[in-house]
Amino acid sequence: MKKLSSLNKSLPDLTKKLKKYREVLLANLVMIGEIPAPTFKEEHRIEFILNRFAEAGLTESMIDEGGNGVGLISGSESDDNKKAILISAHADTIFPASTDHTMQVSSDQIIGPGVADNALGLATMVTLPYIFEDLGIKLKNDLVLLANVKSLGKGNLEGIHFFLDNSTLEYQSAICLEGIQLGRLSYSSIGMLRGEITCTVPESYDWSRFGDASAILTLNEVINKINDMRLPSRPRTSIVMGSIAGGTSFNTIARDATLGFEVRSESQEVVEKAGETIQDIVLEVSSKTGDQVDLEIVSKRAPGGVPFAHPLTKCARSVMEKLDIEPRLAPSVSELSALIEKDIPALTLGITIGERTFKRNETIQIEPIYKGLAQVIGILMAADGGYCE
Amino acid sequence: MSNLQSWIDNNTYHHSEFWDLKKLVEIKKKKNLKISLCLPTLNEEKTIGKEIIIFRSELMERYPLIDEIAVIDSGSTDNTLEVSKNFGADTYLATDILPDLGPKKGKGENLWKAIYQLKGDIIVYVDADISNIHPRFVYGLVAPLIYRDEVKYVKGFYDRPLALSGNVRPSGGGRVTEILVRPLFSLFFPELTAMIQPLSGEYAVRREVLDQIVFPIGYGVETSHLIDVYSKFGLEAFAQTDLDKRIHENKDTQDLGKMAFGILQTFIKRAKALDIIDKAEHTTILRQFQAKRDHYEQKLIEIIEDERPPMIEIEEYRKKFNR
Repeated sequence: MKKLSSLNKSLPDLTKKLKKYREVLLANLVMIGEIPAPTFKEEHRIEFILNRFAEAGLTESMIDEGGNGVGLISGSESDDNKKAILISAHADTIFPASTDHTMQVSSDQIIGPGVADNALGLATMVTLPYIFEDLGIKLKNDLVLLANVKSLGKGNLEGIHFFLDNSTLEYQSAICLEGIQLGRLSYSSIGMLRGEITCTVPESYDWSRFGDASAILTLNEVINKINDMRLPSRPRTSIVMGSIAGGTSFNTIARDATLGFEVRSESQEVVEKAGETIQDIVLEVSSKTGDQVDLEIVSKRAPGGVPFAHPLTKCARSVMEKLDIEPRLAPSVSELSALIEKDIPALTLGITIGERTFKRNETIQIEPIYKGLAQVIGILMAADGGYCE
Repeated sequence: MSNLQSWIDNNTYHHSEFWDLKKLVEIKKKKNLKISLCLPTLNEEKTIGKEIIIFRSELMERYPLIDEIAVIDSGSTDNTLEVSKNFGADTYLATDILPDLGPKKGKGENLWKAIYQLKGDIIVYVDADISNIHPRFVYGLVAPLIYRDEVKYVKGFYDRPLALSGNVRPSGGGRVTEILVRPLFSLFFPELTAMIQPLSGEYAVRREVLDQIVFPIGYGVETSHLIDVYSKFGLEAFAQTDLDKRIHENKDTQDLGKMAFGILQTFIKRAKALDIIDKAEHTTILRQFQAKRDHYEQKLIEIIEDERPPMIEIEEYRKKFNR
């Protein structure tokens, strides 16, 4: 670990050096962020990223059959002696193409839909080859840069799953990049089940009956019952009621209503059990009201990850400490879980501080970016040096 | 006039023809050209930061096409100058340049003072209110000047497909262009109607042309440039580049009225000086534009405003009514 500490010593200096890439990084951020990329329709954004890879001389970059943008910086070691390190950032956003994607740049912050999630993660990844070239950083291992598509919501990590299922390289470790929050250190994935419950009033319903039925009322019944479910405090478990939609106007009975929810737990068994209970609730309410109530499971993840004391997590913590970044440990349900499934030691990191995620005026701070970037490069170099295995 | 279409074909570009920035920078270096980018501003804090970041990153750091970025401000009361400085642009107050000449206020003033303040052999002017800014706004305009020595003035235009029926679409400028400038040019300077968007605020010009022409400080600056450069150097000095879509805030009709009034003043001054007011009497062809796929062509429409004399001059009338 002696060498790692000398590597870490150079980090504060690196933060200063990185300031000179401000325009290049922010220009990438703005240009990427202004290309709409709703889940399943990321191709224009991926094309831009591929162009950047090509301009940076990453000759082996390509769009894989799953639609992911992939770039490769070959390591200096011979093929037998090297593995690969993966950096991934999801390319899709929750915003439809019709949203105005204009980014607004002021002296200290950038505002725009998806700027934090995940234009900044992508811009950081896309700028890395340029920075490495300019600073003369050469890794021993192969560095694979992955802009993975179909990640969010119903995409259900399809892009990264496809990539990992088909990649022929052996990965030593992986880092997932998210725009915010700086200090985020996710190394484990929690069990998760995401579903949609849709209530529909049958077509044949007698509309002359005055207002005593509505898909919203039925859904309300479902919600109350889910709310009454008993969840264990250990292993930690929670149900997020994430979104609700239904009905059309003030004065018409709602024909349909939909709830989006997520069960999260440290235990897979509890997740499964909660899922079964919700299925029972759906059946019960359906038979009681005569309305159609359907449960669709959108995605599922198994809990897992590297332990807290794993060298990769340790490395990350020591790099963050050197940069005065306070690590905030939080489990993740994103790309990390796909990597964990493949037994690749992986982390999720945030690049800067920001707020109003998922809103059109999503905002990130510019100044902390350099630290966030130094942290990524620091951990990468430590991993490349073999300190994280 | 018969060769107007061939001028359009030879001197009208699409920015995508100049995607090879590496090559562009090489030739620029070989020809030892210096290029300055001027962004005239007045309360543009919302868009200026992004413009500077993108131009610096793409056209200074990655491909050293431009040598300086200067913001010339008319006295913004918002954070325009602070944001510009922060992202590394050179910032000037128009009133601080050539202060002895006294202050005048208007965009044209900033453009004119840029000639004195900036170092470039070529100056590119780009409005600061473009929200979908892209490097093409600069390299698309500069490239014809770098590749072709005889070209002196390159104007940007933006395709605005208003109606897409079949494969022919009307093409051209904004409302003031179509209602005022194109009819005026059709009457007095038919060759200038070859400019698809005479009023666009984005253009790149060689210094030896800029220092030879008068600058109206207000709305008339673009119109006067076209007339003056045309009178001095001919149509061959111009080229134009399609810069695709440009998004900015739309002006309301009253503002357009002000703009039209300013343009008309500038125009009449020149028409008088060139003694061409009478010329209009014999012209009956209005020249508009249409685009067929990527090809632009003029549409000539004959509009004869024939007139009848006062009825009193007609003999039959006088007889009938005994007058």
